[in-house]
Amino acid sequence: MYDVVIIGAGITGTMLARDLSRYKLKVALIDKENDIADGATMANSAIVHTGYDPEDGTLKALLNPEGARIYDTLLDDLGCRYRTAGAYIAACGPEEEAHLDVLADRADRRGIPYEWLTGDEARRNEPNLNDQVTKVLNFYTTKIIYPWEVAIACAEVAVGNGVELYLNSPCTGIDKTESGYTVHTPEHDFETKLIVNAAGVCADQINAMVGKPRFEMRPKKGEYFVIDNNVHYVDHIIFPVPSAKGKGVLAVPTVYGNTLIGPNSDYIASTTDTGSSFQGLDYVRTNIVRIMKNAPLNRSIRNFAGLRPSSSVSDFIIEEAADAPGFVNAASIESPGLASAPAVSKYIIENILRDKLEWTENPDAVMTRERPVVMAELSEEERAEMIRKNPLYGRIICRCEQISEGEIVDCIRRPCGAHTVKGVKKRVRPGMGRCQGGFCEPRVLAILARELNISPLDVVLDSKASRILCQENR
Amino acid sequence: MRNYQAVIIGGGSAGLAAAVTLKQKGIEDILVLEKDGEAGGILNQCIHNGFGLQTFKEQLSGPAYAERFEDQAEQLNVEIKLNTMVTGLNAQRQITYVNPDEGYVTISADAVILAVGCYERSRGAVEIPGERPSGIYTAGQAQRYLNIDGYLVGKKVFILGSGDIGLIMARRMTLEGAKVYGVAELMPYSNGLPRNMKQCLEDFGIPLYLSHTVTKIYGHDRLEGIDIAKVGPDRKPVPGSEIHFDVDTLLLSVGLIPENHLGDEAGIEMDPRTRGPVVDESYMTGIRGIFACGNGLHVHDLVDFVSLQAARAAEGAARYIREGEPEGRTVNTAAGENVLYVVPGKIHTDNVPGHTEFFFRVRKPMDDAVLTVRAGSKVIRTVRKKKLIPSEMERLLLTQKQLTGLEGDLVIEVREN
Ligand SMILES: Cc1cc2nc3c(=O)[nH]c(=O)nc-3n(C[C@H](O)[C@H](O)[C@H](O)COP(=O)(O)OP(=O)(O)OC[C@H]3O[C@@H](n4cnc5c(N)ncnc54)[C@H](O)[C@@H]3O)c2cc1C
Ligand SMILES: Cc1cc2nc3c(=O)[nH]c(=O)nc-3n(C[C@H](O)[C@H](O)[C@H](O)COP(=O)(O)OP(=O)(O)OC[C@H]3O[C@@H](n4cnc5c(N)ncnc54)[C@H](O)[C@@H]3O)c2cc1C
Repeated sequence: MYDVVIIGAGITGTMLARDLSRYKLKVALIDKENDIADGATMANSAIVHTGYDPEDGTLKALLNPEGARIYDTLLDDLGCRYRTAGAYIAACGPEEEAHLDVLADRADRRGIPYEWLTGDEARRNEPNLNDQVTKVLNFYTTKIIYPWEVAIACAEVAVGNGVELYLNSPCTGIDKTESGYTVHTPEHDFETKLIVNAAGVCADQINAMVGKPRFEMRPKKGEYFVIDNNVHYVDHIIFPVPSAKGKGVLAVPTVYGNTLIGPNSDYIASTTDTGSSFQGLDYVRTNIVRIMKNAPLNRSIRNFAGLRPSSSVSDFIIEEAADAPGFVNAASIESPGLASAPAVSKYIIENILRDKLEWTENPDAVMTRERPVVMAELSEEERAEMIRKNPLYGRIICRCEQISEGEIVDCIRRPCGAHTVKGVKKRVRPGMGRCQGGFCEPRVLAILARELNISPLDVVLDSKASRILCQENR
Repeated sequence: MRNYQAVIIGGGSAGLAAAVTLKQKGIEDILVLEKDGEAGGILNQCIHNGFGLQTFKEQLSGPAYAERFEDQAEQLNVEIKLNTMVTGLNAQRQITYVNPDEGYVTISADAVILAVGCYERSRGAVEIPGERPSGIYTAGQAQRYLNIDGYLVGKKVFILGSGDIGLIMARRMTLEGAKVYGVAELMPYSNGLPRNMKQCLEDFGIPLYLSHTVTKIYGHDRLEGIDIAKVGPDRKPVPGSEIHFDVDTLLLSVGLIPENHLGDEAGIEMDPRTRGPVVDESYMTGIRGIFACGNGLHVHDLVDFVSLQAARAAEGAARYIREGEPEGRTVNTAAGENVLYVVPGKIHTDNVPGHTEFFFRVRKPMDDAVLTVRAGSKVIRTVRKKKLIPSEMERLLLTQKQLTGLEGDLVIEVREN
């Protein structure tokens, strides 16, 4: 009998799994996909918003500032890469400047630091800021992260402490039992006292398996350009003044020196369609000019799209379902879901699960994770030492990002390790660069086949059916 | 720090030819750094015939062509470090490399020759909307899977872009039992060599859709299908003209880009048109003692010219090592009407060392055109050209006399008759 089954291994589910793993509880974390963080957590702006944006009185307003504060130490504890880039909210003219005052007022009340810059001051730091920008509010503690790295790190900690992870396990039905629920997946049934529904855009479907949801998911697509990291476009995150439609089209530096330009925001009818479109990318192209000039879209190395887990309710929904005791929704986790995740997890434990379980700390639990070896981050002496111990660290596989075979092997062998080409890409980045795997994918595929002891024909890109090779040639 | 007379980065056809020439010119203390486990570069995966017609007057396969240069290099005792990736280069000609045996090592050189090759434009760079399943490859990637690793990537194939690698893969995959449904090309003309159009498409009855592009990708796991559509003069898809193909494989053959990571790091000025370094007639970049050649300089369609150019770069480097930088004034060269780019990007007009050969490409196919070279308003040379196409690189010789004392940019332009 499980104490908790968490459905969905995005940032919400993995963060909760990690926090629960501190205690002597039997927890299963299940996801329908073939890797952790394949949903919204894989495709977003990657910003730890400080929490000035949500309207007063919402759960978002409560959890976003707190989440951002927890990240201050959590990211180091988890060995995750981040940069305190700072966020410029750029206003053009008096009307938009007035809106900046609203944001500054909220920030004051929530204890969030900021500074004011004139348009010219801001342009001195960010020469590609548009000439129309008259005033800038700089939330200088805003961080950028690698979102899936955080989710993977949380899952590693959780699994290390005894949480069971089941991938390729779509929840297909839930039955009420005397002591709780049975969660059905094609290969396993899970008897559990409690369920946390962190299924992103599918949260309403999961809720409907036990009762009548009070919300309906309405996925909103956001599409981006990824700009080559040899183009230095921005240092700070640059936002237009937020409007009713959302945070607008931004320019966001990434922790590895690329720039994201996007997203648009379009409701779509599907929960799986993460395809990009001419119209969506055109929207990005025509709207980035509101605040930026010289947008280097011709240096794009990739487009991608993510689905915001938005719903008919404009706030996070974090509560026990009224008609299903022991079934807890962590739903409608749209932006700032990443930034809020540590606080969402804390909130679930303290406000919802507190009275439903026995909370004994596990004395053996390790809540931190050591950062995997990243050769590019080491000093010369450290690198020499690593290669002396294991020459594979001296064999470069990815020429764009200069990643060694040793790092790739490490990420396959770790707990919750990579077992797909995309899994390797998510963890150590070969294929993230300008050649997009043109050179290194065949090499990564060969390493995966060797390490997993499978035929190259059985190596997949991402999902189980996404094979890369079709047949041996004679 | 160990200093060499010359270090060559990249052991493909350009790097090997440069090494051989340096040795022949008496520059003995040289080193070639190659990141792969064998020399030869991209030629190793080009097992088709069609290499070396100019150089050796016979049709060789890619590996056979490379072997000729490897043999020469071996006879001349060229030191080649394999599995050795260059990770850093600076304007002082210090080079950092890494390999499993030595770890990270920094060396310096009197002259550095960049012979780093190119990479293929990927899906992101061409903005194909839709999902991102497996089954989409650059043509060179599929070629490597097939010719080096021994695996076919798919059975029902479509190809976007009429670049040569795509055309060659159309034939190769057909011969291996795959069905190639067609090739779509955005432009109203092909980007491949005429001989490849004939031998790889026409001879196999594979349709070519000119002025078409892929407008949609289907499939969440593995590719299930694509739509192509006609494009108008603005190169935007024309609604309603879509054709659907049920395919499990899409190959992209949409252009090659010189690899300029190291050049950027050293601060070398790049030509936005070739996306390789700006060089002078000795193939020296804007940074003293650093030279560039081959596909890392600008993309070539014939390996023979790569070898030729690399030899010239090596001659330039040898001269630089012995005599230092050429003195005197330089003028820039410029791509005029209907010309895409011109290499070299600048030339000396005092102490011109001899003939200079210019490489250029035209922007569109032209029958019967006049090519004019001028400096300022002064016309230096005109040539009548029967047929010019973008996929074939053009060459033009100017003599010492024609180049000496020029004033103003040297412009190459082409007008249709
Ligand atoms: C375009 C865009 C930009 C964004 N920018 C930011 C930002 O800058 N900052 C920020 O804080 N937030 C941002 N967000 C929001 C943030 O990405 C999300 O709030 C967050 O990733 C949600 O995490 P999650 O774990 O709740 O959902 P997800 O990551 O979507 O995880 C849900 C998981 O549930 C699984 N699942 C679904 N159905 C089932 C089933 N039946 N059985 C088993 N598993 C199932 C899915 O496979 C998935 O892995 C952005 C979102 C988008 C789309
Ligand atoms: C698929 C294909 C088909 C072709 N077909 C024909 C044909 O039929 N006939 C014909 O005549 N020509 C053909 N060509 C053209 C011709 O063969 C190539 O242009 C030529 O081989 C390029 O040589 P190169 O040395 O410049 O580049 P490459 O062969 O790419 O060599 C560059 C070398 O540099 C190494 N390198 C790069 N960066 C580093 C680094 N940082 N550190 C160490 N090493 C590095 C690479 O590993 C590589 O070995 C074809 C080209 C291609 C790509």
